Amino acid sequence: MSIKVDNISYVYMQGTPFEYKALDDVSLEINNGEFIGLIGHTGSGKSTLVQHLNGLLKPTSGKIYIDDMDITQKGVNLKAIRQKVGLVFQYPEHQLFEETIYKDVAFGPTNLELSKEDIDKRVRMALSMVGIDYGESKDKSPFDLSGGQRRRVAIAGVLAMEPEVLILDEPTAGLDPNGRDSILQEIKLLHEKYGKTVILVSHSMEDIAKLVDRIIVMNKGKCVLSGSPREVFKQSDMLNEIGLGIPQITALVKQLRSKGMDIRDDCLTVQEAKEEILKYLRSRKS
Amino acid sequence: MEGVFMENMINTQNLIFRYKSEEGKDEKEALSDVNIEIQKGEFVAIIGHNGSGKSTLAKHFNSLLTPTSGKVFVKGMDTSDEKNLWNIRQTAGMVFQNPDNQIVATIVEEDVAFGPENLGVEPKEIRRRVDAALEAVSMTQYMKHGPHLLSGGQKQRVAIAGVLAMKPECIILDEPTAMLDPSGRKEVIDTIKRLNKEENITIILITHYMEEAVDADKIFVMEDGKVVLSGTPREVFPRVEELKRLGLDVPQVTELAYELRKEGVDIPEDILTIEEMVVQLCQ
Repeated sequence: MSIKVDNISYVYMQGTPFEYKALDDVSLEINNGEFIGLIGHTGSGKSTLVQHLNGLLKPTSGKIYIDDMDITQKGVNLKAIRQKVGLVFQYPEHQLFEETIYKDVAFGPTNLELSKEDIDKRVRMALSMVGIDYGESKDKSPFDLSGGQRRRVAIAGVLAMEPEVLILDEPTAGLDPNGRDSILQEIKLLHEKYGKTVILVSHSMEDIAKLVDRIIVMNKGKCVLSGSPREVFKQSDMLNEIGLGIPQITALVKQLRSKGMDIRDDCLTVQEAKEEILKYLRSRKS
Repeated sequence: MEGVFMENMINTQNLIFRYKSEEGKDEKEALSDVNIEIQKGEFVAIIGHNGSGKSTLAKHFNSLLTPTSGKVFVKGMDTSDEKNLWNIRQTAGMVFQNPDNQIVATIVEEDVAFGPENLGVEPKEIRRRVDAALEAVSMTQYMKHGPHLLSGGQKQRVAIAGVLAMKPECIILDEPTAMLDPSGRKEVIDTIKRLNKEENITIILITHYMEEAVDADKIFVMEDGKVVLSGTPREVFPRVEELKRLGLDVPQVTELAYELRKEGVDIPEDILTIEEMVVQLCQ
């Protein structure tokens, strides 16, 4: 499933003294099966943008196409679009409300008026996708779980709608390193094993560097950069200027190179940097 | 006698704490036999994964919780003694994770004035304190703003100003940057470092971000209700395997130093910053 955003702008509270242009002529394309990292500091327009992708907000001007269908035109079936493009908000666990985990995850499919068997199938599938044991957990209250697990259940609720595109707005905010790593691991699987198109909104450059195929950078309502993590993190000056920065390890290899060490300056992980530095040190010895 | 006299800000003695379950039964120990000392003017970081007991410990530092057994002293005051409650709360102020849950007034300066007003401080003195507190967190220009229009980092700084207006000697911050973006995080961390250096306020920072703990004087690592590791960042972070086993991160450059040493590269293990690594590799 592909998404095409064509020159969209969005103005909050138009015609009032609080008028504010949150998106300013944004154009971009997201291809079927891509894993996208969307970065930008608070107020850069990321959240406004993702809310356009499933029709929660309508652009003030411009068009959005999902699989070649213009979703900004009148009379579009937004329900169908929201089913295809699932949006997981920040702190999604705040939206849990049912008595049991089963009921919470089943809420969406139940509203689709599916058969009991189909609902059951979807709940099992969704829970297994986020690494929660169905038999052990289905009758538990979601409120008896740890923060990280509650968040998984909330994500399962979106997955039970079987979206083709999954958008996650800072899914690791507030989690500890363990909780963060396991949620990211599951998101990676959703992409690799289940073929979902994933758009991950994150503040962590280290996480983004490790995971995504392509990074889109937002600043002041505009899309200012787009490319592979290696390409994007080369622009360290620009990223710093807009309050973002680059992974610590990338900053290190850049500095080493500027001091005359002949190594690649686009390493994204500790492992890559280690190999580059060792290669350099060994070549100097021989 | 020359030398700095070290005064205890907080110390705990054999601190044990159990939460009460709904049926009134004691649950498993959330803190078991914690013995720590934090000196006046220190910048201390407490790290550990969720459920390790960090927040429970922090809540003992201003008597929000009191020990099931053992003792906690704040500047020598026993937190279990109710007589000390107000003095303790005034000495040790607390800032929490979610900025939206801590702001009570509709104007920034009124929010900051809330604490001293409740203490019955003179209006003129309140004015002085509010101005000084907002100045200290660089929020003077937002004095008349509505807090709902501020960014997360700005709201947290207002929350810190609210604590400062109580003239505390110690501020405890429980994951104050968890909900902030990188620039908001930097604002808050720069602010608390400055308060520590310039105003000599004791800082106790609970965090998941190791780069925030790198500049602390001392780190306590919690696991399963116990302090399992403590020392300066240079002593704690090189223990890469141990920290990872505890579900924690280490700064990427420290991990790199560890990996390079394993391959026989002769560099120190306690590298914490990019600059230190550059010096080591380019000499």
